[in-house]
Amino acid sequence: MASGLHESSFANPVVRWIDQRMPIFTMIQKEYGTFPTPRNFNYFWNFGALAMINLVIMIATGVFLAMNYAAHTSLAFESVERIMRDVNYGWLIRYVHMNGASMFFIVVYIHIWRGLYYGSYKAPRELLWMLGVVIFILMMATAFMGYVLPWGQMSFWGATVITNLFSAIPLVGDSIVTLLWGGFSVDNPTLNRFFSLHYLLPFVIVGVVFLHVAALHITGSNNPLGIDPKGPQDTVPFHPYYTAKDSVGMIVYFIVFAFLVFFVPNYLGHPDNYIPANPLSTPAHIVPEWYFLPFYAILRAVPNKLGGVLMMFGAIAILFVLPWLDRSPVRSMRFRPIAKWLMLLWSANFLVLMWAGGRPAEGTYVLIARLCTAYYFAYFLVILPLLSKVERPLPLPESISRAVLRGGGPLRGAAAAKPMEKA
Amino acid sequence: MMPFRTLPMRGLKAAAVAAAVSLGLLAAPGARAQEHEIKIPDTRYSFDGLFGTYDRGELQRGFQVYKEVCAACHAMHLLSYRNLRDIGLSDAEVRAVAQSYQIQDGPNDNGEMFERPGRPSDRFRRPFPNDAAARAANNGALPPDLSVITKARVGGADYIHALLTGYEETPPPGITIMEGMHYNKYFPGHQIAMPPPLTGEGQVQYGDSTKATPDQMARDVAAFLTWAAEPELETRRTMGVRIILFLVILGGLTYAVKRKIWARAGGDHVS
Repeated sequence: MASGLHESSFANPVVRWIDQRMPIFTMIQKEYGTFPTPRNFNYFWNFGALAMINLVIMIATGVFLAMNYAAHTSLAFESVERIMRDVNYGWLIRYVHMNGASMFFIVVYIHIWRGLYYGSYKAPRELLWMLGVVIFILMMATAFMGYVLPWGQMSFWGATVITNLFSAIPLVGDSIVTLLWGGFSVDNPTLNRFFSLHYLLPFVIVGVVFLHVAALHITGSNNPLGIDPKGPQDTVPFHPYYTAKDSVGMIVYFIVFAFLVFFVPNYLGHPDNYIPANPLSTPAHIVPEWYFLPFYAILRAVPNKLGGVLMMFGAIAILFVLPWLDRSPVRSMRFRPIAKWLMLLWSANFLVLMWAGGRPAEGTYVLIARLCTAYYFAYFLVILPLLSKVERPLPLPESISRAVLRGGGPLRGAAAAKPMEKA
Repeated sequence: MMPFRTLPMRGLKAAAVAAAVSLGLLAAPGARAQEHEIKIPDTRYSFDGLFGTYDRGELQRGFQVYKEVCAACHAMHLLSYRNLRDIGLSDAEVRAVAQSYQIQDGPNDNGEMFERPGRPSDRFRRPFPNDAAARAANNGALPPDLSVITKARVGGADYIHALLTGYEETPPPGITIMEGMHYNKYFPGHQIAMPPPLTGEGQVQYGDSTKATPDQMARDVAAFLTWAAEPELETRRTMGVRIILFLVILGGLTYAVKRKIWARAGGDHVS
């Protein structure tokens, strides 16, 4: 071996030549080939890979949409309809992009839920978790600005409501809003900068996703038992085991995605967004996209504007400090008899908030939103810190492989696998 | 053979939970539609359901209603005459329809605007040159563009049909109608500026044997407007059926491959 060259284990001369100079094949082999992964993942562990696929789909369709979209208040609505009517398969590209945003949030919400239930945010994965929260925030910003681009009524009024939130900030609030708008109301400069940022942020997300995955590959994945792998008997190489298992999840995900795109493409949207933006006519109810509804409900639950804004952003920001709020050393909720049920209640509570966010802010709906907001925060600020001290967890299994072989049935193991290998 | 009971039941259960969660999410916007307390009666159309298709005869009748009644006030400026080939008009018929309109073009070499007969590539001619003119001619109300109207209203075609047949000459007791307004059961707020457009049988002379009752005309034009808003509907659904069938088969194969691979590790025992 010449000095300075990487020692490559690849036999193919071209691959070897490249790998010696830039060991990218070695890296892929290490991180996605032989990467030791706990052998007991359930299908919830598909959702990270699905989010990655979804991001690629969004960027790919978005690039083609941008080729036909005109970011000007007098052209935007019609350019989108032109994509739907006159661009070859434009309707397909746009419906995939539009419903892709919803799919992205479905996938990421399940991914986050998985982290919450199985304690994936706990040591040593705190930074991995925090990077995930950064991705989530970037996604919300990107989705919000994307929704503004078709310049329909909900685009315009959603942009007006959300940007106005920043005016609640004392002293500098109004200046920030003027800066966001590029003027004194939501208008053409707003649309222009939102388009620019909507194109930029996904690539920032790609960067943070890279860091998220890099951090994951240092600590390794959590698993449904929440205990660390103790040796090779507890893990399998990522490929082919989890490439195969992720593929199964991917097909199911594609089926759900295809159903939305081909059969109910506008179900998750709002009819008002097919009315061109009109600054002189306010819709009866301004509602954001469904994925913002829980946070919208929290915003409206607080009678004070600044308080509501702080609570809404706080509801997301609190995830950053979650690893230090929940001090219980047991990761998986399976072994936490009290926390498990309170966590499931929190999940139901989140769905109720989502429902309340889509209702008018009046009467019982506000009361429900307030109770749910209280529980949302109480779970993080009171219940988890308290349970860390008082809850007595169930005994943890000795190792992943023991739990798998004992819990999974007596006939599992090499003997059962042999006939299959012959087949 | 792998015994059937080694199916990762818990994995499936987890997937079911995931599906339930996403269904919970999907239920949210559905609930939103109920904000309008007015119940819109369900009209049956050929394009209803997941696999419905357009009825070309109905679309053509609907176009005739639009052309002879609605187009007096309502533009459909996202459509071109050439699009009418989709509803079954021949090239000659499309050209004839286009030529029956005078379209403003120009400026010519003298810098003047001029009028010429329409071409298939022209957009549907607007009844008014601008919104102000439309308001001036309609008692201050602006007749909305109908290009995507069924996508822009809760209830879609059902709403259009209900609105067109929902006029009542005498409003229920206790409701006073402002001057120049009309009572409509299905319009939000019940006061609509548009006078009843479909007034009586035979208002339009259909070329086929269909009786042009107000209800029939309302259905036909609602169907036409649905096509105008979603001309890709049939292609989309056909493609969707193929893609989902393909994915189901691919999914079965993928699952079999995954089971075979995991058998090497003694099976996929989700703990």
